[in-house]
Amino acid sequence: MPSALVNIPKKAKRGDVIEIKTLMSHIMETGYRHTASGEAVARDIITSFTCRFNGAEIFRADLFPAIAANPFFTFFATVTESGKFEFEWVGDKGFSETASASISVE
Amino acid sequence: MDESTRREFFALAGGAAMLTVTLRPAEATPDMLASAIRNVVGTAPVKTGKVKLDIPPLVENGNTVPMTVSVASPMAPEDHVKSIHVFNEKNPQPNIGNFYLSPQAGRAQVATRIRLADSQKVVAVAKLSDGTFWSASVDVVVTLAACTEEVI
Repeated sequence: MPSALVNIPKKAKRGDVIEIKTLMSHIMETGYRHTASGEAVARDIITSFTCRFNGAEIFRADLFPAIAANPFFTFFATVTESGKFEFEWVGDKGFSETASASISVE
Repeated sequence: MDESTRREFFALAGGAAMLTVTLRPAEATPDMLASAIRNVVGTAPVKTGKVKLDIPPLVENGNTVPMTVSVASPMAPEDHVKSIHVFNEKNPQPNIGNFYLSPQAGRAQVATRIRLADSQKVVAVAKLSDGTFWSASVDVVVTLAACTEEVI
């Protein structure tokens, strides 16, 4: 069952650079593995991750099978106003998940 | 051939041999890695520096290897890091991840966890807003490989 974990500070001062941590549970099957009987296991990965703040894109990633299972990202953002971070994961087999987190800026 | 020309000949030959050695690149880069980097940078030169790639030099489990890439940049609208691309040498695919940043990212730093199928070189390339490319590479020793094992 897919589920996202997102960690951002609840409050920040105007102009602060905050750290954002995200984790999405996903098998990230590489497509290069075989079962004991020799059949190839189909690729099933998250291919893209996007983070937007109040609609504007801050961070985006293209993922390849070389990203470990349960993709985890840490990145940064400068906050100048209160608002909402929106996160989106898109992948193989119609995988699509979203999460959001709000921050108040003083 | 008298003694003096013989000596000169050897001196010259030795010099030539040394020259060939220095002209060769320090490390042979496998073609896949080189072409994956070319796909991103095109014909632009890639300079070493500005980029810092943090990976443990000795990895026990190639299935999850923590990796941090940071680039020295003020992240101002007129001077920021546009993207960071991470490549490897010996996984089935040369790409690991592409990360696109906006000036609002504040700090040009990304951390994630990657898979490494073998002991190999990992290369990070950063594209700056002025169109220049900078890179860093790290050699990693992996004891337990990822990616290709059997599913039980």
